[in-house]
Amino acid sequence: MKTLIDEIIEKPHSGGIVYSPKDFKPDVDVRWCAGCGGYAVLSPVQRIMPDLGIPKEKIVFVSGIGCSGRFPYYMDTYGFHSIHGRALAIATGLKIARTDLSVWVVTGDGDNMSIGGNHFIHTCRRNVDLNILMFNNEVYSLTKGQYSPTSHRGQITKSSPLGVLDDPFNPVSLALGSGATFVARGHDKDRQELQGLLERAARHKGVAFIEIYTNCRIYNDGAFDKYTNKETRGDSTVWLDHGKPLVFGVKSDKGIRLNGYTPEVVSIDHGEYSVNDLLVHDEKDSTLAFILSNMTYNEALPRPMGIIQAIERPSYDERVVYQINHEIEVKGEGNLESLLLGDSYWEIK
Amino acid sequence: MEKFVEYLDDVTVRFAGDSGDGMQLIGTQFSDTSGFAGNEVNTFPDYPSEIRAPEGTLYGVSAFQVHFGKKNINTSGDFIDVLVVMNASSLKVNLGNLREKGIIIANKDGFDDKNLKLAGYSENPLEDKSLEKFKVYAIDMIGEIKAELADLNAPPKLVRKTKNIFALGITYWMFNRPIEPTVDWFNKKFKGQEDIILANVRVLNAGWNFARKNPDFTKQYKIERSKLGPGKYRNITGNQAVALGLVVASRKADLPLFLGSYPITPASEILHAISGYKKYGVRHLQAEDEIAGITSAIGAAFGGSLAATTTSGPGLSLKTEAIGLAVITELPLIIVNVQRGGPSTGLPTKPEQGDLLQSMFGRHGEAPLPVLAAASASDCFYMTLEAARIALKYMTPVILLTDGYIGQATEPWRIPDMSELPDLKPEFTTDPENYSPYKRDPQTLARMWAIPGVQGLEHRIGGLEKEDITGQVSQDPLNHQKMVELRKEKTDRISGDIPRAVVHGEKQGDLLVLSWGSTYGAARTAYDKLSSEGKNISFVHLKYIHPFPENLGEILYSFKRILIPEMNMGQLKMIIQAKFLVPVIGFNKVQGIPFKAAEIEEKIVELLNQKEK
Repeated sequence: MKTLIDEIIEKPHSGGIVYSPKDFKPDVDVRWCAGCGGYAVLSPVQRIMPDLGIPKEKIVFVSGIGCSGRFPYYMDTYGFHSIHGRALAIATGLKIARTDLSVWVVTGDGDNMSIGGNHFIHTCRRNVDLNILMFNNEVYSLTKGQYSPTSHRGQITKSSPLGVLDDPFNPVSLALGSGATFVARGHDKDRQELQGLLERAARHKGVAFIEIYTNCRIYNDGAFDKYTNKETRGDSTVWLDHGKPLVFGVKSDKGIRLNGYTPEVVSIDHGEYSVNDLLVHDEKDSTLAFILSNMTYNEALPRPMGIIQAIERPSYDERVVYQINHEIEVKGEGNLESLLLGDSYWEIK
Repeated sequence: MEKFVEYLDDVTVRFAGDSGDGMQLIGTQFSDTSGFAGNEVNTFPDYPSEIRAPEGTLYGVSAFQVHFGKKNINTSGDFIDVLVVMNASSLKVNLGNLREKGIIIANKDGFDDKNLKLAGYSENPLEDKSLEKFKVYAIDMIGEIKAELADLNAPPKLVRKTKNIFALGITYWMFNRPIEPTVDWFNKKFKGQEDIILANVRVLNAGWNFARKNPDFTKQYKIERSKLGPGKYRNITGNQAVALGLVVASRKADLPLFLGSYPITPASEILHAISGYKKYGVRHLQAEDEIAGITSAIGAAFGGSLAATTTSGPGLSLKTEAIGLAVITELPLIIVNVQRGGPSTGLPTKPEQGDLLQSMFGRHGEAPLPVLAAASASDCFYMTLEAARIALKYMTPVILLTDGYIGQATEPWRIPDMSELPDLKPEFTTDPENYSPYKRDPQTLARMWAIPGVQGLEHRIGGLEKEDITGQVSQDPLNHQKMVELRKEKTDRISGDIPRAVVHGEKQGDLLVLSWGSTYGAARTAYDKLSSEGKNISFVHLKYIHPFPENLGEILYSFKRILIPEMNMGQLKMIIQAKFLVPVIGFNKVQGIPFKAAEIEEKIVELLNQKEK
């Protein structure tokens, strides 16, 4: 059923789809604090855009509230800076209505895990074709420093002067448990890694969720230092590569082995274990994804980074379109006159 | 035996029984059949918020009232002429509204000891003399059905389940209704279950024949055909009318329709209907909550859909922040609120007009938007088109108020031809040369609608205040003042683009009755009756609450006294007084049931008498 917007959807892009990252930078000042992790996400996003082969006018960035919420203003694409927690619901409506668009959601740990938590789990469950970048800084920054749903127990913040009593969400587990098909974790201190994750997310059909450790210099400086700093991250994180064994350590001398269902750290340069004994990552294995995700807050284990899971399932927006097309195929395009007449009518001459 | 025929102008029949007795079903059949028979019809389903309350209880009574006649049937009837009751509780709950000398048709089986006890009767009212001022037919419906279906070996469950159909057959005889439409309906409904169809048809006929042959039934009543204009008609509820209105509006706007909605009584029927319209290309999302209902619609509007969200009071409360977002981003959006009794969960299945002030002002900041209110079930269709027209033309969210009464009540609707409905096509901006996100049409002050997909128009909108014209984020004090004023001015200008208010009766005088929304039926009926008796009153009905029609002030200033009947504690009254500085007499009913015309009539007479003193 053609409507006015089909003329716009179908209109071919004039000229080649050739961009440089600069084409995605609008003429506005970025107003994040100096040293904010946000810059380290913005730049790789702008860098990967030219490689996606998508016309700029087909790209939309949607955000909620928080420091991350300003992201759309810094992308020269279509953008919608919405209200607290609702970016995913807005993006879901947009994607269902406009499956031709590449829709990106930029959110934060407060926006997405707290006030927007309900939309997050349902978006994952439905597998809407959205790319979700969640800036996790483990604190509410824009409201000036209260604890968030990813703050750790004991964390001192403005609203927890004696220490946080809550336990944090593990965003990766929440996403997996809610049915997200692509789940990854990256951080703001390695552009190459993050760019790789963003590219994979962009090409994934369905929910692509990336938790991005993003340093807040003002309210939670150094929160992720252990996992992101070049000196320490080798020992405190393990990078997941599909089909490769889980080797980590500054000297690549350690690995993760599965003891039953329980991951454990083993040394691979003492002769007892070799690389052949290690767990091999399979991003298509959902059971493994849960095991890996569970390593997150276990201090005895390195924190898993990279793509935890990448599986295929029809996206919700595809299913909406399929259901409509199928119905039209079976029953024919609806005739409005007969809809108005209904099941029973009478006529007065 | 001799039967008489009596001619009547209008009749009110109420079917009442347990929630599981099928009262809504036979009520609907009776009203559809009355439409077929050429009468004007107005109905009111009245059911408890429990799905299947314990059998036989007072709180489990479900009823369906049908008011039909030859003209001016604007309400579902003040008093009951014929009360059909399936058990003791349904008699007890409804007796108070039965007209003196009214008729009771009772299913005897529902008056056994257990049922009497549940209803709190110490004596059987069918046997003591308590119902003497009524005409009572106590009928062994179960016995009659058993006899009728004896040769079919009908299971006891089927016998019990068809007693509503037997009662329907009796009323069909009493009012000389054709049975064919109901037989057709059985054939459709039970397609492939020949034994069920046969049993139902036989029981329907058995009811008819029982009354025809029974010497106690001495009278058949006839109601002349009404003089509705030529055309095709169907009975329609307000909720169905909204759903159809949305689809038709999207077609007339040449836009895809998107509905984001969360189930809520009494608005869910709109979601149900829309979800079945796939072959019309409609996209919908049954959202995870009310907020996702509206925000998904806002996202779809950003993408160029005709977007809507449907809800009832508690849902509107949850949506308020998002409505503010639609106001500041100036996106077209239709918000339908099928009002119910509040506050909080309140009376989920009962109507009220308690959300007017919330619709007008229930947002933080200065956030004006158009508020419309449908007058009746069929008017819901036209007001939905109006909501779409205004939303698209002025780039604004619009709240359309209906309520649990007109949302679920039916009345005949003349099915319009698509060609007689207004063209709602919007204009998308596609020219990068002259585009700025907040550049406005000088006439309507609507900003341009540029949707993703248009090369060169990439822009950002959002909830932060924006600079006039450029749409850049701006905290500038004077800019904010300007934007607030522009949004107000844009809404105010709509007053010149809606129908002027119409005065029924003299254009000036002593007393003006001013109604809005679903009180139309009762107020109009009261006005018609009193003015035909020569009383000097005038009547105006409002369907546009914000902004008001531009001539409203001049009308109000022409009357000494203004009476506003409304199903709240005086919300329109407050707005009228504040805006026009005229005193208003409020007449307020908040009982979860619509006004009776007689109540408004009585109030008017009381005021007229005060004048005479």
